Amino acid sequence: MSQLSQKRGFGFALETGAAWLLAFFWILLLIYAFWAAFHPAEYATRFELFAPLTLENFRIAWSQAPFARYFFNTFVLVTIILIAQFILCTLAAYSFARFEFRGKSIAFALVLLQLMIMPEVLIVENYITMSKLGFVDTITGIGLPYMASAFGIFLLRQTFKTIPTDLEDAATIEGCSQLQVLWKVYVPLAKPTYVAFGLVSVSYHWNNFLWPLIITNSVTTRPLTVGLAIFGAPESGVDWSVITAGTLLSVAPLLVAFLLFQRQFVQSFMHAGIK
Amino acid sequence: MTRKMTRYSLKSQATGWLLLMPAAVFLIAFTYYPTIATLAKSFFSQGTALRPSQFVGLENYASLLDDEVFWKVARNNIIYAGITIPISIALALLMAIWVNGRLPLRSLTRISYFTPTILPMIAVANIWLFFYTPEIGLLDQTLRGAGFNGHNWLGDPNTVLGCIIVVTIWKESGFFMIFYLAALQSLPPELEEAAKLEGASRWTYFRRVMFPLLMPTTLFVMINAVINSFKLVDHLFILTKGGPDNSSSLLLYYIYEVAFSFLDQAYASTLTVILLGALAAIAIAQFVFIDKKVHYQ
Amino acid sequence: MRSNFKPKLLKLAIAGAFSLGLASSALAVDLTMYYPVAVGGPLTKIVDGMVSEFEKQNPDIHVKAIYAGNYNDARIKSLAALKSGKPAQTAVMFSIDIYELIEQGAIVAFDDVVETVEEKAWLKSFYPALMENGKTQGKTWGIPFQRSTIVMYYNKDAFRKAGLDPEKPPATWDELVSMGQKLTQKTGGKVDQWGAMIPSTGYPYWMFGALSMQNDQTLMNGDGNKTNFDAPATVAALQFWKDLGSKHKIMPSGTIEWGTLRQNFLAGKTAIMWHSTGNLTVVKKKAKFDFGVAMLPANKRRGTPTGGGNFYIFKKSTPEERKASMKLIRFLTDPERTAEWSMKTGYLATSAGAYGTAKLKQYVKDFPPAAVARDQLKFATAELSTYQTGRIRKLLDDAIQSVLTGAKSPAEALTGAQKKAERLLKRYR
Repeated sequence: MSQLSQKRGFGFALETGAAWLLAFFWILLLIYAFWAAFHPAEYATRFELFAPLTLENFRIAWSQAPFARYFFNTFVLVTIILIAQFILCTLAAYSFARFEFRGKSIAFALVLLQLMIMPEVLIVENYITMSKLGFVDTITGIGLPYMASAFGIFLLRQTFKTIPTDLEDAATIEGCSQLQVLWKVYVPLAKPTYVAFGLVSVSYHWNNFLWPLIITNSVTTRPLTVGLAIFGAPESGVDWSVITAGTLLSVAPLLVAFLLFQRQFVQSFMHAGIK
Repeated sequence: MTRKMTRYSLKSQATGWLLLMPAAVFLIAFTYYPTIATLAKSFFSQGTALRPSQFVGLENYASLLDDEVFWKVARNNIIYAGITIPISIALALLMAIWVNGRLPLRSLTRISYFTPTILPMIAVANIWLFFYTPEIGLLDQTLRGAGFNGHNWLGDPNTVLGCIIVVTIWKESGFFMIFYLAALQSLPPELEEAAKLEGASRWTYFRRVMFPLLMPTTLFVMINAVINSFKLVDHLFILTKGGPDNSSSLLLYYIYEVAFSFLDQAYASTLTVILLGALAAIAIAQFVFIDKKVHYQ
Repeated sequence: MRSNFKPKLLKLAIAGAFSLGLASSALAVDLTMYYPVAVGGPLTKIVDGMVSEFEKQNPDIHVKAIYAGNYNDARIKSLAALKSGKPAQTAVMFSIDIYELIEQGAIVAFDDVVETVEEKAWLKSFYPALMENGKTQGKTWGIPFQRSTIVMYYNKDAFRKAGLDPEKPPATWDELVSMGQKLTQKTGGKVDQWGAMIPSTGYPYWMFGALSMQNDQTLMNGDGNKTNFDAPATVAALQFWKDLGSKHKIMPSGTIEWGTLRQNFLAGKTAIMWHSTGNLTVVKKKAKFDFGVAMLPANKRRGTPTGGGNFYIFKKSTPEERKASMKLIRFLTDPERTAEWSMKTGYLATSAGAYGTAKLKQYVKDFPPAAVARDQLKFATAELSTYQTGRIRKLLDDAIQSVLTGAKSPAEALTGAQKKAERLLKRYR
């Protein structure tokens, strides 16, 4: 903000201080996580500058829970959901953006309804459906309710609508079928939207908890969040050193990815027109 | 292919529906059908091996009116929403303005604000538990260091909901900041220059120019915030389990408890119907609100 | 090359799967078992170890032991598995889930599974107090496995510092109060060390079961269809719990978190804590001070509820699977295994036979606290367990918490809970 730069007076200092203070509070938790994870258990609640460092907590955490398996499950889950969302949402968005059909506006309103009635609200009934379909305790079962994302359909529809029809006409003249047009014209041009939506989707499902908790029963399907919850359940007595180590282990990939790509992250949001 | 040609063509109709079909199947199976099934189930009693389920009309709704826990939880949820939504949106906007300006250490500050978003709630809740724990927790240690008495933050019905709200705001505002940041960066910088030339104060510029221009973002963020205030209950599992005496329980957590701990899916469905009703009411209110804003633009 | 390879592989796989399927149906039995963990330590490793030992001795039985989270999770998961395509045949679940499981038609009574005289004798080999929660309608439905009682952990160093005899922990409520007051250390207005802490989140009804039993009052009847929440002795017990905080000031007011209490004790923030015996091994490992374990104090009498998990066998199982499950359960509860399990976890050894084994005898001799829970068993009673147990429990939990946080008086809260419990339980009489 250019005003800030020019009025580098008391007000600016005050604002900077406030911004930093807030940032400190926001990152404090992560700082503590690093502290507790890298120090012996007796320093988990005591803070001494020269406390000895250790990797023991990571070793214990890694040996107490099958984190590698949880990682794998989460990775598979996030990938399945993302691919399914891209396909389903692209097709539906294309339909809403470029075709006229009877009942379109009602259909669109119904899709938007899912923005409000999200799968979390329907856990009870969806659980029954899943057990009828035999999807309880499967990774597919965790993903199914999220695959047709109203948010994704909405975003892609907005983006597709901004794409000039001339491009489509040109492709049609060259003999492309409608699906080819979609694939060759619309999808490439909507790349930023896919990136932004993909990021939101990945971070959402990487962190999703309630539904996976309900639908999974075993190590082979549990994603990281549920594994962590069981691993750190307060019932068994809280051991913060090991819990923070486990937490850091499980957020590391996402955290690193974010630190590396944070600029692109914000930019893709801008280009996607999520504003 | 112009619009006029496609409007009534059978082919367009068919293709449109065909493209929509895959998503529609999923939406029907996991959103519309369960919504209707939930409604239907709320009129039946819970069946067990000893007592089969039977039609009970509005009995579940009658016991809901009698259910003190339900009223408490509903009240909690209203307070929770009423505080988390405005504060996290306001903070998000403030953060966005800060990291969009010439703040020293801007990048680091931005990372700090955003980090909570990518940490799983279920994991950080355990660390928040450390902050709030009496005697040995960070908050109490700090208070004691400063000469105050400690407090049993999560064990006191007067403070526990506040503690939960703080966690939620902490988790959400960085996420909303990203949307504001994207919007701010697309505002033409000339606007601010012009406002300054006319001698408008920063506050006036914000109130008259920036905030109205950010209105679509605010609406979008608000929808998200409203949804989250009904959906975000992960931290309850670790921090309080809704206690003490339901002081921090929220509607969705109560639904989980009734369905999966009391094994009473009928009553859980009844509670879900209430939650759906609340969401529908909010949706309608927002559509009306958005409609007005569309005229404004 | 490649195109050739795939179908061949597929054929091979199908053939393999087919023959494997045949083999397993002819010879081997596959068992799935769910189990929970509610206290600290790497219990999953220990269970896995015992199970693989069992498989070694019984090559025709494959056991998939699945750790399902806390007790509540384990029950939900097992019941869910029954309805879905992948049922479990046996599970360790909360001992108090018995009525719920019967109502769901999920389990069979062990009386209907045991056949030989030897098996019938085995059924009688456990401590009677531990069988209470597993019996109703004249039959035995649950076999005690990871069982505990509440014991009192105390910091001997703190006792010495307060001028108390570290070998004489409080034996009565009055002593608890008077010693607690000496143990409560303050600087200025701030408390540095509390006299005692009794956890009131997670399982408040369980702790309360001890207090009410010490006041010579059980919380429910033996058929699981009537509660005694509003009995005068129950109300007085809750009053005492509240007074520890608000009147005697030896305990923080408000609720005390079950999960972090051990940390508070280990950090020296409380001189006494009541907790599950299941924490014994972890406390032993982590305490940096001299600590002791004692029976809970008495008022009219001593008392504690038992707690923890029982083995159940599910109804949805073939006779072979039931037999195999019996084999597994008998293996896991035999004296040697039980002794080992108890030493590694701090859980009770469930039979007199286990305490008779050489290794447990030696262990108890070297580490006397390990015997406290056993000796306390003669004062023990069943844990709160009724039909609609989830709801009834919550009624009592909420009532306790509302009293401890000062929102209601004990009489008011407990009468209210009793009234609601009556409404729920009437139809089970």
